[in-house]
Amino acid sequence: MTPRVQPHISLHEPLLFERSSPGKLAYQLPELDVPAVDPSAALGADNVRSEIEGFPEVSEVEAIRHYTRLSTWNYGIEYGMYPLGSCTMKYNPRVNEAVARLDGLAWAHPYQPEALAQGSMEIMARLEAALAEITGMDAVTLQPAAGAQGELTAILMMRALLKKRGNPRKKILIPDSAHGTNPASAAIAGYAVENIKSSETGVLDVEALERIVNEDVAALMVTNPNTLGIFEENILRAAAILHAKGALLYMDGANMNALMGVARPGDFGVDALHLNLHKTFSTPHGGGGPGAGPVAVKKELEPFLPLPRLKRSGKKWAYDYKRKYSVGRVRAFYGNSGVLVRALAYILANGGPGLRRVTTDAVLNANYIRKRLEPYYDLPYSSRSMHEVVFSDERQAKQGVRTSEIAKRLIDYGFHPYTVSFPLIVHGALMIEPTETETKHELDRFTDAMISIAKEVETDPEMVKNAPYGTRTSRVDEVAAARKPVLRWKPAS
Amino acid sequence: MYSEQFRYTKEHEWVRMDGDIGTIGITDHAQQELGDIVYVDLPKVGTKITQGATAGSVESVKAVSDIYAPVSGEVTEINPILTDAPEKLNQDPHGEAWLMKVKLSAPSEVAKLLSAAEYQKYIEAEK
Amino acid sequence: MRYLPKSDSERRAMLDLIGVESVEDLFAHLPEEVRLKRPLDLPAGISEYEIVEYFRARATENANGYPCFLGAGAYYHYRPVLVDTVVSRGEFLTSYTPYQAEISQGTLMTIFEFQTMICQLTGMDVANASMYDGSTAMAEAAMMAVRATGRGRVLVARSVHPEYRAVLRTYSENQGMPVEEFGYVTAAGTIDLEELDRKMDDLTAAVIVQSPNFFGIVDQVRAAAEIAHRRGALLIVVFTEPVSLGLLRPPAEADIVAGELQSFAISPSYGGPHAGVIATRDKYVRQMPGRLVGQTVDTRGNRAFCLTLATREQHIRREKATSNICTNQALLALMASVFMTVYGKHGLRELAEQNLAKAQYLVGRLRPRFCGKSFNEFVVLTESKTPDDINKALLKKKIIGGLPLGRFYPELADSMLLCATEMSRRADMDAVAEAFQ
Repeated sequence: MTPRVQPHISLHEPLLFERSSPGKLAYQLPELDVPAVDPSAALGADNVRSEIEGFPEVSEVEAIRHYTRLSTWNYGIEYGMYPLGSCTMKYNPRVNEAVARLDGLAWAHPYQPEALAQGSMEIMARLEAALAEITGMDAVTLQPAAGAQGELTAILMMRALLKKRGNPRKKILIPDSAHGTNPASAAIAGYAVENIKSSETGVLDVEALERIVNEDVAALMVTNPNTLGIFEENILRAAAILHAKGALLYMDGANMNALMGVARPGDFGVDALHLNLHKTFSTPHGGGGPGAGPVAVKKELEPFLPLPRLKRSGKKWAYDYKRKYSVGRVRAFYGNSGVLVRALAYILANGGPGLRRVTTDAVLNANYIRKRLEPYYDLPYSSRSMHEVVFSDERQAKQGVRTSEIAKRLIDYGFHPYTVSFPLIVHGALMIEPTETETKHELDRFTDAMISIAKEVETDPEMVKNAPYGTRTSRVDEVAAARKPVLRWKPAS
Repeated sequence: MYSEQFRYTKEHEWVRMDGDIGTIGITDHAQQELGDIVYVDLPKVGTKITQGATAGSVESVKAVSDIYAPVSGEVTEINPILTDAPEKLNQDPHGEAWLMKVKLSAPSEVAKLLSAAEYQKYIEAEK
Repeated sequence: MRYLPKSDSERRAMLDLIGVESVEDLFAHLPEEVRLKRPLDLPAGISEYEIVEYFRARATENANGYPCFLGAGAYYHYRPVLVDTVVSRGEFLTSYTPYQAEISQGTLMTIFEFQTMICQLTGMDVANASMYDGSTAMAEAAMMAVRATGRGRVLVARSVHPEYRAVLRTYSENQGMPVEEFGYVTAAGTIDLEELDRKMDDLTAAVIVQSPNFFGIVDQVRAAAEIAHRRGALLIVVFTEPVSLGLLRPPAEADIVAGELQSFAISPSYGGPHAGVIATRDKYVRQMPGRLVGQTVDTRGNRAFCLTLATREQHIRREKATSNICTNQALLALMASVFMTVYGKHGLRELAEQNLAKAQYLVGRLRPRFCGKSFNEFVVLTESKTPDDINKALLKKKIIGGLPLGRFYPELADSMLLCATEMSRRADMDAVAEAFQ
């Protein structure tokens, strides 16, 4: 008989604060080359704090083991497929990390003289130009920190344009399949939100749009392809309806990875859109961020772009702060430059033809998954799929198993779950986006896993409902977390 | 399940009258639909609420549902137990987990609400 | 196409299964008029080596290795090697927002620790999992105060970072949220309490002050709190230099603290990505924007963590959400966490003391513009020279000087904001002092 042993400590890593013990250090500062100063004398005794109670006291070895052990409780793209719909979890090329860390770029201060920041400014200018070409738009700002801030920036610009034309108008139209950021951004820009129901085929209902659009409507915010992964084939007509009434067309470009080199928003009537560099352009998600949400616009919106703007000054780049119609600043400094470096590196690596190939492979992968899984999962909208496919749990729900539970079971098969319960218009949605960076082998393994789960649901639904089984942490009690929020560690009293 | 002593709304609230004071709650059907309730947001005492308008909200982990005032009036009391024990709303929505008491400004509104039988019929049709 | 992992024969097999002839057939349903009929006007893809060469060339067009005395919201502090080691792990770098708690415990637990350390530093009860940067954190804090008080007006000190104030104006403009400013005392460089008191009214939702303020001066948080609270407004305290909290009394009188954590191992990176954060009192947590991680248990009864109180957020409450923020700065928050772990209780204090000593050394050789107490930044008069002349002279010695203040404060056109940190060498500081002679 093999004696039982305790599993390694790494599965039971405590919180930093529990690991701390007085006197342990993980740092050493150089000797001061100037005279030491008494803080109380320099700052005033009542401005000086006592020690930071509870702050960590660990050694360097304990610190690195702490974070390394914790990292093993995560899943990453470098482990395997991460098919979160709408999130575009593609491979994040490592060279992008290397170039973003080059000293001259990473340690550039935002206020260093323009003459000594020409490299960073050139990178931004080149990225602006590339994104304008990819989207077919006239001008690009790289400032917004993420997609949602891009939305806000663009809607503020639209508001400024409409105001200049005499009436900022009152509301923004948003399809019921939209990301939640769309209505939230419209609200910050001071607009009321009116939802539009999608048509039976899962696209914008242009008949309804025609009835609703009037002089109170500032813009329509549409995602294309939409969150069902369906191309909005009536987009030209929608643009015409809006423009005829003096309203504008905003596109949420979260799904631009389905269009690169194939179709350009600027060619189908879009007045402004944002891009998520952390989706289409491969910058890593980092457990929630950072991203960047550049906004591309048509000429008529260009005067309203946020401050400052890059401009040519002789042979050099400079900033233009004197722009009468600008919506102002949306953040400090110029943008998430470190993210911009990574995105440009990605565009340079792929080049024009490569970006088109990225799109066609992404669409190929999604359609392959759709074909393989259609016999097992209900497909509520049968319109052609682009880069992602949305199933519903209708069949599995008959056995009492819901999308969230199928998702948890998928973890046992070695995959990160797909996006659960979004878009909201599909009851029990399973939203699957493979991206172009999955191998056929991985797609086969994934679809085999999904098929296997569909069979398990038929034979042993209870087993599926209690998954996952193979993780360090079993099903987490989110209800208890919300009822009695514990949002920080406190020492045991 | 649905007491004849209460009147109901199509938005799944109930009201029980005691003189000109109405006690308001959400129905058992509502709590079932919401799932595990984690938080209840109620108006302050003294707030004037209007029939059909929002008078608070009930939250599960991943959804927020508005509470629509079944009657108009001034809030005189809110149920203190819900602050620390929102789960009571799942356990006893028609009793211990009432939401608020209101001094009615238009008592005639009550007559327009659904009877128990009407409400029962309504929720069955909704399924 | 080295990032595309399929061979042509694999593509062929997939197309056969789907039942189409070519990949173009998958786009056949796109209307003719919307299609791009030409290749993108971008050059062909280049090798990894060429990419590295391209960016190296750009990096050399920037200032490289110059000692720099700029602060003003972005600071030079040494980044322990451990920080890059940790954030380069693919499990942290390439993972998504931890919605699926069972395979995201690493990210979730580090955020929980981050929230805790921010509370310990700031004296607040609860902190969120990060905002885009300090400037948007401040704007969101103001919006939060408006929700919490049911009032609309915001009073912000002119000694708050000028770009933060500009962002506040952009955010507030269409929300029925008038923003007014109050000044600073010309001698001390601290907020003008009399002007604040005069401008307060019962419609004011929040008073915003920064400490150390844009001039580097430890500001009058307690007095501001007293004035704000007397009229039922909230006090928002902003920080741009969190190293100061290693030494300075936390702004415990504040109702909301909004700050920038770039100093904690996040490279200045020409202005971003940095990491904002909001911390507050328990009673305002439901008005707070951004993600929150909470502690709970799994079905085996073991401690576990998950995202919580998500009903505040846009994906659930949509136009009624506390903010539109979705993507945040999680990886930068992790960098800040590792930094706080490495320095810890003793190191952060010693680090702050070194910053103070360096700054005191430099300011001791110059003429300070204000008499208020400063931490690692300070405003100096440039006497007979202009700030630009001094900076030009320093650039000849390959040193980047301070920030001329005339751009943001016309009345301070004869002044410069300088910053010294633990990375400032004595010899370079001597050179700066000489340039003023």
